[in-house]
Order: sequence, then structure tokens, then C-alpha cells
Amino acid sequence: MTPKPSKKTRAPAVRTLEKAPTGILGLDEVTGGGLPAGRPTLVSGGAGSGKTLFALEFLVRGATQYDEPGVFMSFEETIPDLAINAASLGFDLNRLVAEKKLFLDHVSISRSEISETGEFDLEGLFIRIADAVKRVGARRVVLDTIEALFAELPNPGILRSEIRRLFGWLKQQGLTTVITAERDRPDKLTRHGIEEFVSDCVMVLDHRIRDEISTRRLRIVKYRGSTHGTNEYPFLIDAHGISVLPISSLGLDHAAPAERVSTGIERLDGMMGGKGYYRGSSILMSGTSGTGKTSVSAHFVDAACRRGERCLYFAFEESPKQIVRNMRSIGIDLEPWLRKDLLQFRAARPTYGGIEEVLLVSHKHIDRFEPAIVVVDPITNLLTVSTLGEVRSMLTRLVDFLKTRQITSIFTSLTAPGGSLEASEADISSLMDTWLLLKSIEVGGERNRALYVLKSRGMEHSNQIREFLLTNHGLRMLDVYLGPEGVLTGSARMSQEGRERAAGTSRRQEREGRKRELSRKAQIFEARMAMLRAEFEMDEERIQQRISESTLLDKELLQDRGQMVRSREADASVDTNGSGAPVSRKR
Amino acid sequence: MAKAKPTPRARSLASKPLAPKVFKLRLFVAGQTAKSVRAFANLKVLCEQRLKDRYEIEVVDLLEHPHMARGNQIVAVPTLEIQLPQEVRKIIGDLSNTERVLVGLDLQEIG
Repeated sequence: MTPKPSKKTRAPAVRTLEKAPTGILGLDEVTGGGLPAGRPTLVSGGAGSGKTLFALEFLVRGATQYDEPGVFMSFEETIPDLAINAASLGFDLNRLVAEKKLFLDHVSISRSEISETGEFDLEGLFIRIADAVKRVGARRVVLDTIEALFAELPNPGILRSEIRRLFGWLKQQGLTTVITAERDRPDKLTRHGIEEFVSDCVMVLDHRIRDEISTRRLRIVKYRGSTHGTNEYPFLIDAHGISVLPISSLGLDHAAPAERVSTGIERLDGMMGGKGYYRGSSILMSGTSGTGKTSVSAHFVDAACRRGERCLYFAFEESPKQIVRNMRSIGIDLEPWLRKDLLQFRAARPTYGGIEEVLLVSHKHIDRFEPAIVVVDPITNLLTVSTLGEVRSMLTRLVDFLKTRQITSIFTSLTAPGGSLEASEADISSLMDTWLLLKSIEVGGERNRALYVLKSRGMEHSNQIREFLLTNHGLRMLDVYLGPEGVLTGSARMSQEGRERAAGTSRRQEREGRKRELSRKAQIFEARMAMLRAEFEMDEERIQQRISESTLLDKELLQDRGQMVRSREADASVDTNGSGAPVSRKR
Repeated sequence: MAKAKPTPRARSLASKPLAPKVFKLRLFVAGQTAKSVRAFANLKVLCEQRLKDRYEIEVVDLLEHPHMARGNQIVAVPTLEIQLPQEVRKIIGDLSNTERVLVGLDLQEIG
């Protein structure tokens, strides 16, 4: 019943200005801790920009997470309407009211009932707020939308000065206050210029529709005594409240762990220094349809789950069931990991929300599941709902976010067949540490799969193109075949090998033929030698025979002559003796 | 704040009920400020002149009964609440503009 003593020790000691955390996802990061504690903050925006929900979440989070009860002064919506609105964010206002953590008051004035008859002030409102604050010991107050008073009460001059006094009073009470205001013209922050009275913090909410895609944005216009990004931050309102996300990079000061994680494919690890990816790095896996992007990713997921790490898989194209079934066909069973809650699928077609929504939803799931591995399959589907510039901006933030959490991430990218594989993604690839290119190589009327590491920062990696097969025992990398015409795959590789074999055989045969010819020639040579020898021998024989015959003939002739001489006797001696020796002289 | 039904401090002036109608008036103020004193004085003069013996004025100090500000949807003070048979009307300010008060009371005579 008594107001709680001022206890603002909860917020961590911040350099210049004490801050009250809003508990709104992302907002405390971009504001460096929350809203200025004990001071009013103006939240301005057009109709439907989410002002009321912002204010509600600020109060509810304060009451539930930071033990700071709150008062909601509603100048527009009735309390039942407010409760319904809050329920859409998953907040149970009635319970918080019953627990005295929240006090709701609907300020309803109808102009028709009011006429002004002289000087007045807003002390009635002050008393209402003070009473409400006292009842729950509030540390936080929301005035939604105080400018409604201008429509209901006469004399804007008095109203303005009273509102100024109210803000001063709230500040004096040390109440962290959110004042919402309607912004109906782009050149003015509020309809009645009440931003003049809020010197500490002014935010603008915006709900834009561009290219038929709705995007909500939050801009911090002023935040005294505190550094803040002047950028616009997209935000999302869903069943769990508001999420704000810095559009700019979260900074590049994230740790770069040297730890390596296996790709789940031994030989692919081998291509990257034998160890696989760096933990916390981002991997782009691009290729045309059917080149095995999902399969390579699934190997990684499977390996991570085996190590007991949690994996979050954003499936933008296929349903989780389809992926599980398809991966089973290559021998990867993801089912047990799903059952053990090591693996979660988040399937959605990004067409339903804008790209910022995809980003915010991703953040939320990552925040809740705290995975070690994230797969986004494929990022190219995002291009169907956004422009390349926006996708790049979104991916930059997502990659930064994942890196700060040291989450290893795989982004698959579907490239159009025929197009230049590398040029179309050059923009996105610069965000990535490792780029695996999956190719389908078309040779001889068939397509075969091959992959190579196009880049991998900070590690030695293979520069070879490797063919792989998707077998029912998983992905199998084949040996590198480096033929004379580059890498050959599939049956071209086989026929090349066949041709090689055939060529080898014929060479062998030729060699053997030559040998045979040589030996044949030797045989012929020898045969000829033998023949010649035989002829020679025959000739020799014949010649010898002739020689001996003629010798014999000579002998016979000589004998015959002797016989004749002897038979003639007398005068035959001179004629018959060739040498002329007189036969009778000596005798 | 545990009172079930708080009874506002009321001051009845000239509470002699008369035939056609009795004006039930409630003046919400926040403490004894110059404005609230002025408002009450203005109201009393007017009632005496125009509604002699046909009115009841109840003055509610919101500082003492803050919940009544909520219950009666009071934002500005002083607020004069007029309970007419058909409706409840509110007039804000120190009631120095007599014409307007009379309009609020459905008692204006000329334009």
C-alpha cells in the first residue's frame, strides 16, 4: 500500500545516465540499457505504429522482469480493449492487476459534456496518477496518448502548460514514463508539439509499406546524455511482444575462435586443412538446383548433433518432413536429433512477412534455442520478398549476430543455372568466411556433382574440384581425377579411364607385336642361315665330288697311257713322256 | 484506501426541496486553492440568484478522495458536475463565465 522506496539499484551503473531496461528484445541494446530512468520518454508515431503495444510491453516487462510495478493511463482505449491488445502479445494484464503489479486507468472525457467557464488546471489528472502510483508502488508510468486531451478539453494554452507541469512532476517523482503521441504529419513529431517538454528521450515509431511489404521501424530522435545509433531500427510485433533490431552492424569486435568443427564429411574436412570449418564462421554454399547443398548441410548438422550440439535449421523452401525424408535416402537420419531436441526446424516461406520479419523471427528462435549451428536454406528465397540490397543488409546483421554468439552458420544459395555462378553472389559472399561452390558438371549427356572450396578465410584449403556421389550411405567424395582436359566426372571419367586402359593395351600389344616380329625376323634370319648353309654344304659336296672325280680321271688316263706304252714298246717313249726324259738313253 | 464505499464530505446548502426540480451539483476541487475557492463562490452566487432553494451543492476535495477522480472521470479541476434527469454534465473552470454555467444548467434565457 505504501509506495516502495526508490530503488533504482537494479540497473547496472551506466556512465552518464541511469537507465531503466525495457525488456523489449533488442531495444535495450540499441539504447545502451533502456530508457532514461526516472524521466519521461516520448514515443511518437502514426496510427497503428505500435505505440500502445510498445508502452504496454514496457510496463509489463518492468512489472514482471524488473520488479518495477507500473501505471497505465489510457486516454483512448478502454481497459477491456487494452487487456485484449495485451493478450495479443501474450500478456495477461488482469493477472498483473490482481497481483498489484499494474494499475490501469482509463481517462475518458467526452467533449460534449464539457464546457469551460474559466480558469482550470489538470490537478484531477495529477491526483489520479498519484493515487494509482501509490496503490501499486509504481516505478513506471505510461500516458497513452495524452494529446487526446486536446480534443476533449478546451483551451490548448492551459493544456500545454499543464502537460509541461505534469512531465516535470513525473520526473520529480522519479517515475520512468513513456508518453505516447500521435504523429499525423511527417514534419512534426507530435500533433501539439509536446516534444518540447521532453528533453531526455524521443523515439519515433513508423509503419511503412514498401513493395507491398510492411516494415516497422523505430528511430531514436533524441537521447540526451547517452550515445545511441541515429539509425532506424526495424522492429516486429508478434505473439511474444516487440523485437527491435539494429539495422547497422553490431560491430566487428566479435571473437574469432580458432576451434574447428568437422563438416561431417571426412574428405571435405581434408580439403580444409583436415579440420573443417572454423567455429563461429559463416559458410556460403552455393550451387544450382540439385547439386547437393542441402545434403552437404545435413552432413554438417548430423555431425554437430552427434557431438551433442544444438542445430537450428531455417527451411525456407522445403518442409522439415521433406528434408528428413530426403536425407534418409542418403543415409542421414535426422529423426533422432529432432526427438532429442538437438535439432529444430523452422520452416516458413518468407513471403508471409517482410525480410525484417524473417530476421527478427530468426533472432527470436536463436535466442530461445541457443544453437551452436544454424542453417539457412536457402537465402535466395529471401530475394523473392525483397531487394538484393535489403537481403544483403539483413544478412550482414544476421551474420554479425551469429558471430557474436559464435554460432557456426551455413547459408545455402540457389544459383540460376547457366548464369555466372560467382558473379551473382559476389555481393553476399563477401560476408562469408568460407564459400563452397557446388557444381553440376554436364558432360556426355549426364550431370555429375562436384564441389570446391572457393575461399576459406584463415585456413589452407584445397583448390581442387572434387567429384562426389550421393550414395545411400551418405555423400562420398571421389578421388581427384586430373585428366588432360581438367576434372572429369561420372561416366566421362570412366570412359576416359577406359580409353586410357584401351590405349595402354594397344601399346602393350604393339610392343609385343614388335617383339614377336623381331623374333620372327630372327627366326627367318636363322632359317635363311640354315638354308644357305645347307646350299653351301650341297655345293661343297658337289664340288668336292667333282674334284675327286677329275683326280680319278687323271689317274686312269695315266694308267691307260702306261699300258699303251708298254704295249707299243719301242718308239713310244718320247711322245708319251711329257717331261721329255728319254726313256732309253739311260738305260 | 480500504474503505468500501467512501462517503464524500458534503455540504448541503439551502436544501429545501422544491416542486419542479432540484439541481444536484457536485463541485470537484483539489484542495483549497484560489481557483477552487473562486469556483465555489461563483457557484454559490449563481445558485442563490437563479435556483434559490432548488439546489444541493456537494463539494468533493479530490486530495482527500483521490479515487473519486477516477470514479467520476475528473481530469480538470475545478469541475462542476450537474446531474440532470437525462444526463450528467460537466463544466470545468472557476465558473467565472456565468453565461456558460447557465447553459450547462439549461437555464440560459436569451442568446
